Amino acid sequence: MSATAPPLLEVEDLTIEVRGADGTALPIVRGVSFTVADGEVLGIVGESGSGKTMTLLALLGLLPPRVRVRGAVRFRGRDLLTLSEPELRKLRGAEIAVVFQDPMSSLNPVQRVGDQVAEQLRAHRGLDRGAAATRAVELLERVGIPNAASRARSYPHELSGGMRQRVMIAAALSCEPALLLADEPTTALDVTIQAEILALLRELADQLGAAVVLISHDLGVISEMASQIAVMYAGDVVEQGASAAVFANPQHPYTWGLLGSIPLLEGWPPKPLHAIPGQPPTVAARPSGCPFRIRCAHAFEACTERPELLGRVAADHRDRCHLEPAAKAAARQAAPLDAGAAS
Amino acid sequence: MSAPVGEPLLALTDVVKEFRVGGGPFGGSSGQRLRAVDGVSLEVRAGETLGLVGESGCGKSTLGRCILRLLAPTSGTIRFDGDDISTLSGRRLRPLRGSLQMIFQNPYGSLNPRKPVEALIGAPLRYHGWPRADVEQRLLELLDDVGLARALRTSYPHELSGGQRQRVGIARALALRPKLVVLDEPVSALDVSIQAQIVNLLQEIQRAHGLTYVFISHDLGVVRQLSERVAVMCGGRIVETGPVREVFESPRDAYTRQLLDAIPRLRA
Amino acid sequence: MTRFIVGRLAWTLAVVVAITILTFLIFFAAPGVDPAHQLAGRGATPAAVATIKHDFGLDRSLPVRYALMMKHLVIDRDLTSYSQGRVKVLPQLVDAAPVTFSLVLGATLLWLVAGVLIGVLAASGRRLLDPLLMGAGLIAISIPTFLLGDLLNLITQDRLHGFFLFSWIPPLGYVPFAQSPWGWFSHLVVPWITLSVAYVGIYSRVLRSKLQEVSEADFVRTARAKGLSPRRILVAHTLRNSLLTLVSIFGLDFAGLVAGGALVTEVVFGLPGIGALTFHAFQDLDLPVIMATVIYGAIFVVLANTAVDILYAWLDPRTRSSGFDPAT
Repeated sequence: MSATAPPLLEVEDLTIEVRGADGTALPIVRGVSFTVADGEVLGIVGESGSGKTMTLLALLGLLPPRVRVRGAVRFRGRDLLTLSEPELRKLRGAEIAVVFQDPMSSLNPVQRVGDQVAEQLRAHRGLDRGAAATRAVELLERVGIPNAASRARSYPHELSGGMRQRVMIAAALSCEPALLLADEPTTALDVTIQAEILALLRELADQLGAAVVLISHDLGVISEMASQIAVMYAGDVVEQGASAAVFANPQHPYTWGLLGSIPLLEGWPPKPLHAIPGQPPTVAARPSGCPFRIRCAHAFEACTERPELLGRVAADHRDRCHLEPAAKAAARQAAPLDAGAAS
Repeated sequence: MSAPVGEPLLALTDVVKEFRVGGGPFGGSSGQRLRAVDGVSLEVRAGETLGLVGESGCGKSTLGRCILRLLAPTSGTIRFDGDDISTLSGRRLRPLRGSLQMIFQNPYGSLNPRKPVEALIGAPLRYHGWPRADVEQRLLELLDDVGLARALRTSYPHELSGGQRQRVGIARALALRPKLVVLDEPVSALDVSIQAQIVNLLQEIQRAHGLTYVFISHDLGVVRQLSERVAVMCGGRIVETGPVREVFESPRDAYTRQLLDAIPRLRA
Repeated sequence: MTRFIVGRLAWTLAVVVAITILTFLIFFAAPGVDPAHQLAGRGATPAAVATIKHDFGLDRSLPVRYALMMKHLVIDRDLTSYSQGRVKVLPQLVDAAPVTFSLVLGATLLWLVAGVLIGVLAASGRRLLDPLLMGAGLIAISIPTFLLGDLLNLITQDRLHGFFLFSWIPPLGYVPFAQSPWGWFSHLVVPWITLSVAYVGIYSRVLRSKLQEVSEADFVRTARAKGLSPRRILVAHTLRNSLLTLVSIFGLDFAGLVAGGALVTEVVFGLPGIGALTFHAFQDLDLPVIMATVIYGAIFVVLANTAVDILYAWLDPRTRSSGFDPAT
């Protein structure tokens, strides 16, 4: 890791609050920090209510005005949270681009897909209509859409889910951004199409040298794509580090729970699933102290205090848990088998 | 009348389901015909789980609806519990509804938002003429079976989490003590940690009540977890069937192999 | 697309025929109705009644009578108004139509432009403007047309006629465009405003709420994430998806007005259009005229509906492709 140049993206203590009905500030995301170096892929894993999408939107200032964002989001040294709207507009789509989850609702239904790719080029690169249209067709070819020239005149509903997502990717990469934010880009797609789209993303990002922040609830996807990983739960980052390290030696009980909940495709007979009892809390119903303690089989007295994010096994592998590393191995082995207990 | 011992609980032979698409403002034969299910033959034995996998558009949901006779097959036979149910309609289908139930994918969309939990679960019972006292008792049994707190009986769907709603859907499906349950993507819309809860619950219920499942899903991992046998569907046809272990470890069909290869693996 | 249009036109024809049959039944076959006397109008001589009976084949069977009426209306085109001497009906209709068209087209233009502008302004997020404009819209919708018309007449023709702003407004009536463009315009200005006020209220409110709804859509979020300018987002994304709603209500509004729905405005301002014609015919119980205007109106509404459907299909590509997609 280079120590001289600042990392491409440096998020420091990001906190997102929304004003509740009675005027109090409800924290949606608390104290999230991570860095992304050039060309790196960071995976953010979380379930509903974890705040992962909000975090992504906050990076680009895409949250509604009644939501307050604090902390620092430094992109190439500039704090995005202090920029004005016109300055942010210059960055959006040009240096930082987004691929959203559901391409059917994320594409304008009454605009041809070629135009949707071209309008970014016209806005940021000053291309005229003809030049932008030509370049858009090239981009559609690049993302693997057959008959790109005639397809560019299609509308989103005339394309399949996989094709629509390719269109979104073509648009996002049209101005060669340095950072790509992808929010569950393959969740709405079939598994074979998913594999193709992920491969495409990887290839294009490599070619451009772009860094990627990839949000997914699918640990398999994250493990294949990301070199760094942050696990989020109820607005907190609960574990963070190199994905190989986190998967090999997970430190947080929530991560154990996630890993235990996934049916594996190897090993016979299939191992029973270890479900985490209860459900992720809504923003309004978050417990005090460690947000996971209500569902955690290993909670003890200290857990009424919110733990700090500390690297106990290694400096760059951090977790937010009071358990001592020594106790963790035993605790993980003893994780109880859950048989579908409700909240 | 029950199926004689040794005969499968459910047997499909060359089932075809066609839809008319398009056509002029007056409908009619100017439209094209779409074969969502194109000659499917399947067997499911009592007490087992058959997994039905495939990608979107392969016809698995349509097939599920045909099995439940929510749709009438265009041709082919469906035998359930010894009877040919392929062409039954109206009143003669009614008694069948108790034995064949469905659990849907979208726990929010399949629950009437204006009814509380107890009304939702009790509806099938009242519709089939159960007396009130029996309905009450069965309701409490079901709530316990699916792990819902009894206090939730007066809650409305929007007050429940996704997992809780799905439990309501399961309770409702179990109310009439069905023999066969068709589950159409029952956990796909749920968070990962809740999925595991529901999968475990479904397994436990199956063991406790001797149910037979047809488990439709695109998620191969979950299918492998629950099923004894699996059928792979593509383009309205079954391309491969067999015991789960065999199909997953040594798939014979190219499409099956393609599906299995595409799954992102956890490198742990 | 062509198949779509042809299909719709065929359907339109079928509906128009059905309407003529229904109209016929109402006016000629309802029990207790004596068409001959009604056709003759008040104070008709027995000879006149007998002539009518023969002309319209009222002693013949229903289908024959229907055929005869349609023949008079469409082929011979000599349907005659019996209560105003032997004035032919169809020429009256033909004369009245341009007046109504002038009124409605001008009002339409006005309310579309004003409605869209106000709707966009109200949705633009400036805190005071929104409730102000929406409140004004509500008032605009609630004022009865005759009240507004009479009020405006009172001000512009009478009380404040001396005031320079209103002194150029001529007395009530209509001047054809060919005769005097300025006359045509100046006679229609106040009627245009009167007729469009309520519609401006409706359209601006509808557009504003649709704009707010659409601006929360995912694809607008995508547009913002692309760094597009607010104007581009408004026009190409938000507005484009919101105007579709206006198109569907516009079709019906326009059709209804041209078919004679601007009746009140025409009468208040003394404009001899289709609405005024219908109004006077009802006062005199002049059956042929009423029949003709009803059929004309119905046909127009159906045609306008079809035109709107076609326009909608052109604007919203999703409606062009037909139904069932099992994959989604």
